[in-house]
Amino acid sequence: MMRRVFTMLLCGLLASPVLARPLGFDDARHLLNRTGFAANPPEITEFSRLTREAAVARLLGWTARAPAVPAPDWTQMPYEPPPRLPQLSDEARKDYQRQLIGQGRDLKGWWMAEMLTTTSPLTEKMVLFWHNHFTSSLRKVRMPLLIYRQHMTLRRHALGNFRELLHALARDPAMLIYLDGVASRKGQPNENFSRELMELFTLGEGHYAEQDVKEAARAFTGWSIDRDSGEFLFRRALHDDGVKTVLGVSGAHDGAAVIEILLARPETAEFIVAKLWREFVSAEPDMDEVRRIAGLFRAGAYDIRVALRELLAGDAFYAPRHRAGLVKSPVDIVVGTLRQFRMTVADPLPYALAAGRLGQDLFAPPNVKGWPGGATWINATTLLSRRQFLESVFRSNEPGMAPAMRTTPAADDLRGRQQRALDDLRFDDVAWFAQFRGAPGQDWQRVVLAMPPVAAMAGDDAAALRLAVQDAAYQLK
Amino acid sequence: MNRREFLAASGAATVAVAWGAQPAAAATTGYGNVLVLVELQGGNDGLNTVIPFADPAYYALRPQLAISRGQVLALDAATGLHPALQPLQALWQARELAIVQGVGYPDANLSHFRSIEIWDTASRSNEYLPDGWLARVFKAAPAPPEYAADGVVVGSGMGPFAGGARAVAITNTEQFLRQARLAQPVAAAGSGALAHILKTEREVAQAAAGLAGNHAFATAFPAGAFGNAVRTAAQVIAAQPGVAAVKIGLGSFDTHRGQLATHARLLQELAGGLLALKSALVELQRWDSALVMTYSEFGRRATENGSGGTDHGTAGAHFAMGGRVRGGLYGRPPELTRLDRNGNLPHAVDFRDLYATVLGDWWGMSPQRALGGRFQPVGFIRT
Repeated sequence: MMRRVFTMLLCGLLASPVLARPLGFDDARHLLNRTGFAANPPEITEFSRLTREAAVARLLGWTARAPAVPAPDWTQMPYEPPPRLPQLSDEARKDYQRQLIGQGRDLKGWWMAEMLTTTSPLTEKMVLFWHNHFTSSLRKVRMPLLIYRQHMTLRRHALGNFRELLHALARDPAMLIYLDGVASRKGQPNENFSRELMELFTLGEGHYAEQDVKEAARAFTGWSIDRDSGEFLFRRALHDDGVKTVLGVSGAHDGAAVIEILLARPETAEFIVAKLWREFVSAEPDMDEVRRIAGLFRAGAYDIRVALRELLAGDAFYAPRHRAGLVKSPVDIVVGTLRQFRMTVADPLPYALAAGRLGQDLFAPPNVKGWPGGATWINATTLLSRRQFLESVFRSNEPGMAPAMRTTPAADDLRGRQQRALDDLRFDDVAWFAQFRGAPGQDWQRVVLAMPPVAAMAGDDAAALRLAVQDAAYQLK
Repeated sequence: MNRREFLAASGAATVAVAWGAQPAAAATTGYGNVLVLVELQGGNDGLNTVIPFADPAYYALRPQLAISRGQVLALDAATGLHPALQPLQALWQARELAIVQGVGYPDANLSHFRSIEIWDTASRSNEYLPDGWLARVFKAAPAPPEYAADGVVVGSGMGPFAGGARAVAITNTEQFLRQARLAQPVAAAGSGALAHILKTEREVAQAAAGLAGNHAFATAFPAGAFGNAVRTAAQVIAAQPGVAAVKIGLGSFDTHRGQLATHARLLQELAGGLLALKSALVELQRWDSALVMTYSEFGRRATENGSGGTDHGTAGAHFAMGGRVRGGLYGRPPELTRLDRNGNLPHAVDFRDLYATVLGDWWGMSPQRALGGRFQPVGFIRT
């Protein structure tokens, strides 16, 4: 009897061998590195013992909502309306602009610190994903407090519900400024938000007509900001309450009704799932799979975890042809390297600025479409800047200046802070290599690189490691 | 071939090269003629750049944004420049500035991203092409191997070079050369992403070898990002044998709100930068073998919006300048009484006619193959 049950169980296992089998080291590494920043051997080992389903469930169950690093003090202060610049003296205007720049840097440094230390890297990946989807930039919004509030909204919904996220972002004050909704009123609708809502946030280009953009713009008139609180304010008198026809649906729509019309279209779920596919799986989505997952995503009331579970547990995610097939983002390079090699960072801002030099300036995407990402992360300039960054972080385990000789640079001395940050980095290579001793089957190359190096490795471990991070393979994930 | 014949042949080649190195002397075609593209990112408002100041409809459509007749820098009885473009007046008077009005394409797309893709790939409105138009040109006819690259993009966004050209993006030449020692060209193929990285490495190595010059210009370049881009473009052109095309950019012209001040500042930067570029090209004796041309994804809506700005539009005006440009007005002035149902201007000149001018009159090749259709040079090159 026992023997028959055992045989049946065994047959069951063999029938779905992939789901019931533990991930193993390489699949676990792949899952953790695509959903986080350069996983370390103990985490990989832990996940390697789980089945695909269990590993993905664990990953999606772990995620944090609140950041662990305290936000800059000024984010907790009450909102103050921006001064009218022409009325300020030259000196006061300069002070105000200095304050804006300083607060923008505070935000960049704060987010970088969170990414460097978080125990929930998938949360950060998803906040970045949504920051790149519902873009807003400090350069145009020029109110760091509103950008901070938008960031907290993205964080709250990062692994929550896309429908709620979309409604929240349409009313988000930074978004209302970024896409000019704030000045849109009855009789004079501003089309900017309406167009990007359809083109970039929901349907994708080609799934709506110019007339839909114009009609939807009318529905969002009167969506504005309270000058005293900086919160969303519906100005009824400025709202066009006439009948509009959007994608064939007529009614006295307001903005929320338009959003529901967009969410009812299958193209919206497909657009989001295809974008998640490009983020996590491969550069070229399998559209049949995308449509299948999009169906579940929509049926699951736009629960973001439903889409992620399907993507991360699917065969395509683990397919050999998709390994090492994505280019690391600048944040992957900077955060992943510092975390992988256990380098402690006292001042995070220089690393946020480093990611900016590599093409990903946090809170300042290049335009409303965000960073195009993928292979476009790499061009002649950024490839060289990546190599230079990687060279400089590893230069740091050579003995530097005695601590007593160092001076603390002033807050606005960015060059000084960058130099100091690099001087303070330490790579403890002896301790780092020691973690691989006595762990058979795990060599450091399998942890550090997503594929075998392109160029030949030479020298002792320490020398080979420097070559490995300069290798083209290190740019891939 | 015996030794004597060989020497004679190589001697002739040397003469030809020497002539090539004296571009001022000959009105020739080919990649010895450099193309400098200036992208006005975000959609420049053509109507407030080249202004139909004698047309009452202009003032009716733009009660807040119209530039008053007294401020316009008149070019003739009906057309004038925005006052911030004052530095371009000297070029106009020297008849080295061509202004092409009404540049656009049929069935205009009003998305920034789709429309710039249409311009970059020279596609029809409903056609999706994988490669930039210059990438197609260089694939069919690469720049000679001794060139540092087919093209250089100063800044980011490969634009018309995307997809196949031997093109590199750099921010400034000195920094590029300092860092280039970290490139490690390896010949290998692999996944799309890996192949892209390895190709970039090879291009870096080659460009570094070709750009290792550091010309001391007497020209003063304006401060700011655009001035720096112009300086870098000039450095790239100073290197021998350099490149066939350079792209620089300025933005953002996406003036949905508060347009007057933003647009004036951008046009001032543009004009100052272009003037410095001319001065640098004259110093290099390349003014007669350089063509500088602006482009942008679209012009803006003829009617101003309620936010002191303009929404996305269609046709716009563009500039071409150079020692062999035949100055004057081309195309058609904006037809403000013929707006389409979205309130947008009809186009008079297809943007691919500008490209046909580059390919046909400037580089001496057939425009048809790269542009996939019959497009006519606008006629502003003295051939």
